[in-house]
Amino acid sequence: MTSTTTAPPTHRDTTLARRVSSFLHAHPGVRLTLLLTAPLTWLGVVYIVALALLLVTAFWSTDSFTGDIDTSFTLENIVSLFTESLYQTVTLRTLLVAITVTVIDVLVALPIAFYMAKVASPRTKRMLMILVLMPLWASYLVKVYAWRSVLAENGLLSWLVAPVGGDTPGYGVTATIIAISYLWLPFVILPIHAGMERVPDSLLEASSDLGARSWRTLFSVVLPLAVPAIIAGTIFSFALTLGDYITVRIVGGTSQMLGNLVYDNVGSANNLPLASAIALIPIAIIFLYLFIVRRSGALNNL
Amino acid sequence: MRLSKPARVTLAIITGAILVIVYVPLLVVVLNSFSTSKSLTWPPPGFTFEWWGRAFTNPGAIQATLTSAVIAAIATAIALVLGTLAAFALQRFEFFGRESVNLLVILPMALPGIVTGIALNNFFRTIIGIDLSLWTIAVAHATFCIVTVFNNVLARLRRTGTNLEEASSDLGAGVWTTFRLVTFPQLRSALLAGGLLAFALSFDEIIVTTFTAGQGVTTLPIFILNNMLRPGQAPVIAVIAVVLIVVSIVPIAIAQRLGDGAEERAMR
Repeated sequence: MTSTTTAPPTHRDTTLARRVSSFLHAHPGVRLTLLLTAPLTWLGVVYIVALALLLVTAFWSTDSFTGDIDTSFTLENIVSLFTESLYQTVTLRTLLVAITVTVIDVLVALPIAFYMAKVASPRTKRMLMILVLMPLWASYLVKVYAWRSVLAENGLLSWLVAPVGGDTPGYGVTATIIAISYLWLPFVILPIHAGMERVPDSLLEASSDLGARSWRTLFSVVLPLAVPAIIAGTIFSFALTLGDYITVRIVGGTSQMLGNLVYDNVGSANNLPLASAIALIPIAIIFLYLFIVRRSGALNNL
Repeated sequence: MRLSKPARVTLAIITGAILVIVYVPLLVVVLNSFSTSKSLTWPPPGFTFEWWGRAFTNPGAIQATLTSAVIAAIATAIALVLGTLAAFALQRFEFFGRESVNLLVILPMALPGIVTGIALNNFFRTIIGIDLSLWTIAVAHATFCIVTVFNNVLARLRRTGTNLEEASSDLGAGVWTTFRLVTFPQLRSALLAGGLLAFALSFDEIIVTTFTAGQGVTTLPIFILNNMLRPGQAPVIAVIAVVLIVVSIVPIAIAQRLGDGAEERAMR
């Protein structure tokens, strides 16, 4: 369709449909405009405008008596983010959860990704791929609910560890970390697996010909080459965790994450400007993280 | 890679253990849906079909399923149209800002749910001043579903090329006839795959939904969330969860087979 040759006018070029058709054929610019108008209008109006206005709303305020929004500029919300201890505590807790989840996911993903990419036979590899991907498609709520069941008082975990005198951690930050690590694990395995597939086998053979043992090859050749892919995986687990608030409601007991504060201020507290301001915290952290890792080449591994 | 036997065995054991940890919780949900215990007790003290019967006659659950299906259908329809248009524009044309358009399509999926959720909540309520309803959920879902259709159609267009369309046009077919008889049949399975993914994504979505749902609009995920924390409701939720596992995996398994990935895998 990129060809710009005009169809030779024939006797059939008479009906309106024909004329529209040959006009379109001769004018790729018009075709492009027709194709792009609807999706760009939708995404531009619904999404980009909404995001931009989110930023603006953070500098508005809510009348505490009427609940109406006052659109005059104020730094009140931003100042309270920096001064009130609640926001600092919750931001730190959210960061702690996000970092722990990311570390757990990478540690779990590395061996399985390496096994899939370089060790397993093609058949096993295909089967493992399906097994890893399946839970990705299962419902988010179902997966969190599954951990609620496993970690319940008298649930599977307490039954399993009771003989050795252990107990379930119960619902709290630990349960939140476990459930969120579980949720994002496939998102971390996939990029790391793709990165390890790209490590040329010849390098591994060279390493072993030069006398390196398996573990030496793993840590000195495979791991350094997989670093961009690993960072790509961490972007998923880190960003997704910062934005989550449902998991912590289901298995987190009374602990809150940034998302909960945003949701509560939208709903029960009816303070959209403050909620918008709080939402800027995870956005800022994600952009900061992307800025830090941009040189590693991780962004090309997404 | 030439690995020593112990290394190979260690890796296989770790891989196996991880997969067990991945699947056991889901299995627990399935078994709990038949358990006589109301409080997720393990091992299940007895076997019953009671919860399955109750879940399928629960008017709230049925209503919520219908609501979710309607929203997912609207969102999928919008995403099919917009995603296909965007894919054609980006695959068949070179133009200034092409990369930005690409990013714009992906962005709603890439940003965390609360960001999309609060941005749209703010947009609907404060900026244009409309009440949240079923429609606001559908608009929000459509926005992040565009990318699934877009990706599928884009991959298909890249693979099919333009030869057949040029031949059709050289033989005198107009733009519409070529689309109807040549382009669309080539795209059909990609549209079905993208549409199924979009439907499943919308049907499951919870975070953006909680921010854009009107008063009294209860989707199935919202119903699950509301009932999950109530005492005594755990087994009924387990039943719905099992149904959801099936509902979300089956269409996506079909989509995977239909999509471009499937054929590439088959060729390898």
